[in-house]
Amino acid sequence: MSEKVLMKGNEAIAEAALRSGCRHYFGYPITPQTELTAYMAKRLPKMEGGVFLQAESEISAINMVYGVAGTGKRVMTSSSSPGISLKQEGISYIAGSDLPAVIVNVQRGGPGLGGIQPSQSDYFQATKGGGHGDYHLIVLAPSSVQEMADLTSLAFDLADKYRCPAMVLADGTMGQMMEPVELPEPTQCTVEKPWAVTGTQMKREHNIINSLYLSPEVLEKTNFERYQRYEKIQAEEVRYESYMMDDAEYCIVAFGIAARVAKNAITALRAKGMKVGLIRPVTLWPFPTKAIREAADKVKGFVSVELSMGQMIEDVRLAEECLRPVVLCNRAGGMIPNVDQVISVTEQLKNQVEGGRA
Amino acid sequence: MKRVTLFCGHYGSGKTNIAVNYALKLKADGLDVALADLDIVNPYFRSKDSTAELEKAGVRVIALPFANSSVDLPALPSQAYSLVQNRSVYAVLDIGGDDRGAYALGRFVPYILEENDYEMVYVVNFFRPLTQTVDQAIEVMGEIESACGLKFSAVINNSNLGAESTAETVRSTSEKAEELCRRTGLPLFATTAEAGIAEDGMMPLKLQKRPFEA
Repeated sequence: MSEKVLMKGNEAIAEAALRSGCRHYFGYPITPQTELTAYMAKRLPKMEGGVFLQAESEISAINMVYGVAGTGKRVMTSSSSPGISLKQEGISYIAGSDLPAVIVNVQRGGPGLGGIQPSQSDYFQATKGGGHGDYHLIVLAPSSVQEMADLTSLAFDLADKYRCPAMVLADGTMGQMMEPVELPEPTQCTVEKPWAVTGTQMKREHNIINSLYLSPEVLEKTNFERYQRYEKIQAEEVRYESYMMDDAEYCIVAFGIAARVAKNAITALRAKGMKVGLIRPVTLWPFPTKAIREAADKVKGFVSVELSMGQMIEDVRLAEECLRPVVLCNRAGGMIPNVDQVISVTEQLKNQVEGGRA
Repeated sequence: MKRVTLFCGHYGSGKTNIAVNYALKLKADGLDVALADLDIVNPYFRSKDSTAELEKAGVRVIALPFANSSVDLPALPSQAYSLVQNRSVYAVLDIGGDDRGAYALGRFVPYILEENDYEMVYVVNFFRPLTQTVDQAIEVMGEIESACGLKFSAVINNSNLGAESTAETVRSTSEKAEELCRRTGLPLFATTAEAGIAEDGMMPLKLQKRPFEA
């Protein structure tokens, strides 16, 4: 690892992508992820084989990503919520063509143009499809500037390994805040890509990148094959952090910036004698279903802390199979739940479950 | 002590924190102070976030009415002219990062040059990835000077690693800061450090609380 530097989350993603061998970036600026685009604009033209292009729209950018992904080169785009909505058609095409690519969403409040303050309200969009058709993205949720870098590198590796698009799902706070980072050592793609469109040199059959299958039998087959890969991802790539769960009687589930708030609330709650722990999903898809199901055998209830009207809470409920009460602690529209709110909601849950006073 | 103090530097070098702290310090010294937020680059963390604290202390804050209302508009407050033209107050100007941020300063430069009572301070953090070396810091400096048409007159060494900083973190950059000053011929205006770790000879900074902290 190299020496520590002080970086914004957006810059850390950009630098980590470059160190992962990404030399192609297409995007369009939007707050609160613009530093990422600006960093790429500054660095890529000076690098060998580097291509930075500010496209005329998000739709163009994602289709440029589609094109480069077809050549097997590591490629990335980034945006914030409204821009990611625009990219959905292209993301579906990339998934339907079984291509690796990395998409970064530094979320802001919505729906519509919404605002520029942080949000997690694109959880459904990221984890449940977003675009049309049967597909998934691998969705990684960083909770520190260090993870903004580390999970970006991981996103490139997983996308290549499973031939599917991967998303880094951050929020405005993660993008804007500055923390010390140890940047990852430079790496390259180690996966063979015999499917890539790189010119046949008259030595092989043409590779075809396509998501159009007019025969329903063939299209069905591609879907079943893709879902076999998704099963493997669900079996092997679940990542989460378990924090103070050993003796926990209540479990907070939170990702990204919400997990930072939750950890501070847990410190305060434990100081008051209440045994609370945290499960922090690092992969939102695949979701840490098993970890939450196992926690349900031990704890008395769950609190889902979110910067949305309550989206991940549905996956928490599915995972814990209605064994325990699950309550929501949330702010929306660009607001962040504070430590006091998490403490208060968790204490209310305890009262509800155990009776008596706080 | 000059009437107008401008803080410029690389994106994320700590200009806003320094501008806010410096304005509060001048006020505490009994001076009539106004601070202008001229950051057209970053609609997130900016000096307007500290308006309540600054105004309570008696520092006038000049910022766009929507500077922190999440309206993402790169515009400048019209009252900023009064600050460069009204010579009865001490003015602290917080400028946006890099050359892109410094372009905004251009329109005020004729007034600043005419009065010729200003300090333009280059804020540098040697732990920022694009200003890790003295060469890089000088390159950014030149880009800012070309963009705004003013020359720097002093340097602030604001090197830090955020919450992981110690006094040693800051001290470890003093040689680079000295080299930067020597090669540019500029004096060191101050070495800054978060109040909890600042040693003698360092200007202590009070930092804004972060949203996830208790």
